[in-house]
Amino acid sequence: MALLEIRDLAVDFVTRRRRVRALDGISLDIDAGEIVGMVGESGAGKSLTGAAVIGLLVPPGRISGGEIRLDGQAITGLGEAAMRRIRGRRIGTIFQDPLTALNPLLTVGEQLVETITTHLPMSRAAARKRAIALLEETGIPSAGRRIDHYPHQFSGGMRQRVVIALALAGDPQVIIADEPTTALDVSVQAQILDLLRRLCRDHDAAVLLITHDLGVVAETADRVAVMYAGRIVETGPTAAIMGRPRHPYTAGLMRAIPTVGDLRPRLAQIGGAMPRPGALPHGCAFGPRCPAARPDCTAAAPVPIRHGDVLVACRHPDLTEAA
Amino acid sequence: MLLYLARRLFQAVVVMLVVSLIAFVLFRFVGDPVTQMLGQDATAADRARVAAALGLDQPAYIQYLRFLEQAAHGDFGRSLKLGRPVAELLAERVPATIELSLFAAGLAILVGVPLGVRTAIVRRGLVSRSLLTLSLVGISLPTFFLGVLLILVFSVTLGWLPSYGRGDTVALGWWRTGFLTVDGWRHLVLPGITLALFQLALVLRLVRAEMLEVMRTDFVKFARARGLKPAAVYFRHALRNALMPVVTIIGLQLGSIIAFALITETVFQWPGMGLLFAQSVAFADVPVMAAYLCLIALVFVTINLVVDLAYLAIDPRLRDGRLTTSVKGT
Ligand SMILES: Nc1ncnc2c1ncn2[C@@H]1O[C@H](COP(=O)(O)OP(=O)(O)OP(=O)(O)O)[C@@H](O)[C@H]1O
Ligand SMILES: [Mg+2]
Repeated sequence: MALLEIRDLAVDFVTRRRRVRALDGISLDIDAGEIVGMVGESGAGKSLTGAAVIGLLVPPGRISGGEIRLDGQAITGLGEAAMRRIRGRRIGTIFQDPLTALNPLLTVGEQLVETITTHLPMSRAAARKRAIALLEETGIPSAGRRIDHYPHQFSGGMRQRVVIALALAGDPQVIIADEPTTALDVSVQAQILDLLRRLCRDHDAAVLLITHDLGVVAETADRVAVMYAGRIVETGPTAAIMGRPRHPYTAGLMRAIPTVGDLRPRLAQIGGAMPRPGALPHGCAFGPRCPAARPDCTAAAPVPIRHGDVLVACRHPDLTEAA
Repeated sequence: MLLYLARRLFQAVVVMLVVSLIAFVLFRFVGDPVTQMLGQDATAADRARVAAALGLDQPAYIQYLRFLEQAAHGDFGRSLKLGRPVAELLAERVPATIELSLFAAGLAILVGVPLGVRTAIVRRGLVSRSLLTLSLVGISLPTFFLGVLLILVFSVTLGWLPSYGRGDTVALGWWRTGFLTVDGWRHLVLPGITLALFQLALVLRLVRAEMLEVMRTDFVKFARARGLKPAAVYFRHALRNALMPVVTIIGLQLGSIIAFALITETVFQWPGMGLLFAQSVAFADVPVMAAYLCLIALVFVTINLVVDLAYLAIDPRLRDGRLTTSVKGT
């Protein structure tokens, strides 16, 4: 049994006039000590998946099917108070933009201590000790002094470390990192990813790493889930998928990764745009953009099929050409 | 930061100089003080003697400097109508206006902020929607109309509350306060509400708008995602940030409360500076008018400075100034 299990999750946006399915049949397991990378282009539903797991979907979005289990216990359908005790305590969240994720009017220490004392039975003094330890663990030099500084006194990379320390404050088992490096310089990106890997190992945490950058996933994740238009189209061990992508969308994403030293323009972008939720084409949602589409691809949405360790939602995975 | 303060202080001085110039022009060129003092049929020699005594034969800029010097000492001459020093008249009236304004401002903040927060947190629902509608009414209702309406209902028809004057007051040194007697408080209710309602509605709508804005920010979402209690999310994180612009507006509004107390004071015959001014306009009592003008300007300028200081106290980013906006490197 995996630490975090997502089963057939569906998320709808329900308004008076219509109901739009934004996530459909999302199934994903994450074990303790494992990093699962979730990739897909903008609007694929990656953040939505993260928000559904921590119960913070913004109305009119809501979970309309499936189940999310944490350590065997279903957390879908829990009340707001129960969900609040899970957030930060059992599932930590790392936000994308370190410039906006911290409250500018409170010192990082105040924000850490308040998060710690909300979840752990600790005095303020003990919480402060823990806060300094967390800052040290996330790689902030002279943490004992920096703890009393305000967010604006830190650089972007340092702020992201503070955000990570905050996500870890309640000692969660699961960490959801939504594009934790997108807003950072390339050199800082690598450091933050290193940190994430180390934290996952040291805390034996289950990490969901959301990104639109397959390169980040290749470097960091043990397993990959590729999302397209609200569905997972391919999932499996990173090495297996990077070695031989079976879904044509995955193959397209891989061709779009710029390799180091390769200064040619990216020739192999995928043409066309991803359909919006509520306006999906018949059959396979990727069909209209797929270089290997066949007439039967418009029949019905393809169900995931197992190929060794990999699950692929494509009728003709053998037609996919690797990068 | 010191530079910032120095600049604000300089601006304040400039504003005061401009206002005092206007007051001086009013003082010197509206009406003819000599005629007002001697009457129509004084001899030319008498007129010249009095004009010299008043310094009216000097060049205008000398007169202005003298006016400034005297004004700085609180000396605005004598009231033409009452014959008493203007400073003395104003000092008598200041407590009434200040107490009325403080009461109104307190009411507007203590009621307006919580209601603004409430309507931002619970956006739908009958209570929030009615509050919003009522606040629109509060903003658009003319002050004198509201005052007359309240008098009609609570004084004339129901007979619950007095509609006239300050009631019993207690002297604390030269300051006569109505805060220490039941009668004083009863007299404060109707004019206080009249003066407060517009500000209350403004504060409510402003707090609501700012709260809604702040609750969309990442750091509030992150606070939620960390499982903080709703009270901490709403007040520690959202409200504190929402209050930044609110403090400015409330501060500036305090100035207008004192200035616009004039209408309320007239409706309720509240013996404050506003009423004194209204009466002095009717008699073209120029020294009183000039002094009132300068005083109100001083109030505005002072409040502006205090608001700036409040900003510094609330926002650590401003406190550091531009010296340490970011520490580069990782
Ligand atoms: N209120 C709403 N009504 C209808 N659709 C919505 C609403 N809010 C979001 N969506 C849709 O949900 C989809 C998923 O959005 P999500 O933020 O999860 O994308 P993402 O994969 O995280 O993209 P990005 O890389 O840009 O962060 C989007 O296509 C968006 O159009
Ligand atoms: Mg996203």
